[in-house]
Amino acid sequence: MSAALREPGVEDLEIDLLLEALFQRYHYDFRSYARASIKRRLVQARDQLGFTSISAMQAGLLHDPATLGRLLGYLTVQVSEMFRDPSYFRALREKVLPHLRTYPSLKVWVAGCSHGEEVYSLAILFREEGLEDRTIFYATDINPAALRAAEAGVYPLELVKKFTANHQKSGGRSSLSDYYTADYGRAILDKSLRSRIVFSDHSLVTDAVFGEMHLISCRNVLIYFDRALQDRAIGLFHDSLARKGFLGLGLKESLRFSSHAGAFAEFVREEKIYQRRDP
Amino acid sequence: MTRPTPGVVAIGGSAGAVQALLRILPTLPADFPAPILIVVHVPPDRENALVPLFQNKCRVGVKEAEDKEVAQPGVAYFAPSDYHLLVEADGSLSLSADELVNLSRPAIDVLFDSVADAFGSAATAIVLTGANHDGAAGLSAVVAAGGHAVVEDPAEAYVAAMPEAALRACPGATVLRLDAIASHLSNLRAP
Repeated sequence: MSAALREPGVEDLEIDLLLEALFQRYHYDFRSYARASIKRRLVQARDQLGFTSISAMQAGLLHDPATLGRLLGYLTVQVSEMFRDPSYFRALREKVLPHLRTYPSLKVWVAGCSHGEEVYSLAILFREEGLEDRTIFYATDINPAALRAAEAGVYPLELVKKFTANHQKSGGRSSLSDYYTADYGRAILDKSLRSRIVFSDHSLVTDAVFGEMHLISCRNVLIYFDRALQDRAIGLFHDSLARKGFLGLGLKESLRFSSHAGAFAEFVREEKIYQRRDP
Repeated sequence: MTRPTPGVVAIGGSAGAVQALLRILPTLPADFPAPILIVVHVPPDRENALVPLFQNKCRVGVKEAEDKEVAQPGVAYFAPSDYHLLVEADGSLSLSADELVNLSRPAIDVLFDSVADAFGSAATAIVLTGANHDGAAGLSAVVAAGGHAVVEDPAEAYVAAMPEAALRACPGATVLRLDAIASHLSNLRAP
């Protein structure tokens, strides 16, 4: 096996140009996303949207704004579950909420909320623990279609079995069926769960601090960023947290490689829950 | 920007793959010249028991792949359950929670595609036993990028479906029995 010197291929150049076009024309900045994943998604979008090349897709993007929405559907994560990783929610319930309970009012931020599965899970958790009424939840995403779906709170009924099992494993004190009605193969979440949630457009790449949060949950979002962008986002989380606020990451994410690692303490190590260090 | 790419070995397997890997990984020397990236299909809810199983038996390092760590020669990295494993051109590893591919996460095709892309002719990809066709498309990508394709001999595989699918996609792949795969890898030289 020889050490080949590889020139970046034409397709890599096309990707650079498309991401630049996406940023300059629409201000969506994917230029610092982890390359292998973004390439996989762009190739998938190219094939499924019927373009013959990434360049052709770039032309479509520049001249037909409708292409933007379709492409964003590929470039942003859509896949999640309610109470995904039940042990994470159990740790929030048993270890983090006892601290949050001491505050008269609370702010929680779900960064990269996709279709809302996580923020609704948190709303249910906080309701079960009697904290919902004093909490405002901020659910943000860069994809307007995802935000609309999140606000609607409607999920395919066949997913609900998994959601229910997750909720039980997380230590749920109620039945998930209390929070939705089934209708034509869809589970429609109770509108009252939305009463404390603010859905909003926010980019971890280009937007600024989102202030004084007591808990930020951002799971399986940072893995899509390159190291420099991960660091920016973690710094943004640090500055958006109240003193001694909590940060929850995905189970395979960590602050280990971040320059901000020293600004956080591991609060529940195995669940990747951190606490901002403050004197 | 160009940079020299060290070699990489990527291995994918499904049903029977743990036993197959037990015939390969323990034979590799501690100074094996490339990182080894491994996807084995395991049920998503099961904690990754593969790492402790292999750690005690191997001279190469064995660990679960972590997002953004730079893959080192002489270390075998297992994809964590419920995440895809990809590798970047600078040799750093990426995880993704994207949708299942071939009903699997991690999927072998996702790893092999990224290996083909990042390492081109310096990639070796190996398809082991399994009961589905994951890895076949990825192996084609490796071949198309000038890399080296190896398929476990379907005649000896615990389940032949996956090696057979890989061979249909890549008829020119090197077909080897497990013992021969082990010695084949041991003959790799540092780039």
